[in-house]
Amino acid sequence: MEILEFEFKAGAPATQRCLVGCVGSGDLEVLMEPNVDGVLSVQVTTSVDGSEARWQNLFERMFAESLYPAMKLEINDFGATPGVVRLRIEQGLEEMGHA
Amino acid sequence: MPDFNALLNAESFIELGARARVRSLLDEGSMHELLGPFDRVKSPWLQQQGLVTQADDGVVIAKGTIDGQPVVVAAIEGEFQGGSMGEVSGAKIAAALELAAEDNRNGIPRAAILLLETGGVRLQEANLGLAAIADIHAAIVDLRAMRPVIGVIAGTVGCFGGMSIAAGLCSRLIVTRDARIGLNGPQVIEQEAGLDEYDSRDRPFIWSFTGGEQRYASHLADAFCEDSVEAIREQVRLGLADNSATPRSECHEFFLGQLARVGQEQVTPEQVRELYSTLPEELS
Repeated sequence: MEILEFEFKAGAPATQRCLVGCVGSGDLEVLMEPNVDGVLSVQVTTSVDGSEARWQNLFERMFAESLYPAMKLEINDFGATPGVVRLRIEQGLEEMGHA
Repeated sequence: MPDFNALLNAESFIELGARARVRSLLDEGSMHELLGPFDRVKSPWLQQQGLVTQADDGVVIAKGTIDGQPVVVAAIEGEFQGGSMGEVSGAKIAAALELAAEDNRNGIPRAAILLLETGGVRLQEANLGLAAIADIHAAIVDLRAMRPVIGVIAGTVGCFGGMSIAAGLCSRLIVTRDARIGLNGPQVIEQEAGLDEYDSRDRPFIWSFTGGEQRYASHLADAFCEDSVEAIREQVRLGLADNSATPRSECHEFFLGQLARVGQEQVTPEQVRELYSTLPEELS
């Protein structure tokens, strides 16, 4: 198990909080909460050791594409693939009305 | 030929996560979650053992109403650690039941609904989980004297270990065809009794003894329904309406007496049904 921290540039704070997913096999849970203006901070607790570069690449690709709302993301991961991670985060944004 | 449209249009209960299951049973807009994920009351033990925790420790507790009647619903998320009961998840359910009993003593007729998907105690938390399960048992017995405690085992995890005893203590137990109930899980029995006696990979064999249909037919469950939100909701309503039935656990002498009639030979599922077919008057 590893705990990883990341920070990215973001837009205005998210207006709501939201939970998506579950710490089940091949899945993850994402807790999304508003953050200070302009900052998107991510804390990942993952069952897969040695996966920091993969998370870094995934987040860089996602958060460079467009400006996301300022959020604190707490991710509890149980071996989700990058595709599942991305879907879960997008699901959360949709539920919060930011999509 | 199956009615494909009916199958496609039915809203599956099994496919819902714990939180969505709770929401699907409560009156719209009445759900009020207690100790939710953002309170972050989670297991203090898993992380020390290198395991990822879930923010709600895999249990959703919510107050609300069903047809205007006050209820508390506790739902176990079977996907997280097999729905296992740890110190926190177990205490959440026990406390929900204890507070419901307190409500009743203060004039609020709150019933309880337990959505059980669990392999039993969380081995990483050992005695703390077992102690919580014992608290759950005591709280069910206390509350059911005042208002129904309705158990639902929809599947696909089923309900095993100490929590199968909790299921047995409920005022009304609702199962689907995908549900399983057993004190020991199939792999544990295979490990202890040997492959010749119990093959845990033989799914038809496992379900023929521990599956929801068989448990209903042998009177260890009170209602057997299809996997749909509407069907489960209807069975819960029936359970809320009537708390007059004698709890099954009060008739333990009958069940133990029938069990004593089983010999050394392997019985068939049909023989089990036959054994428990003539119920004592209180239960029939």
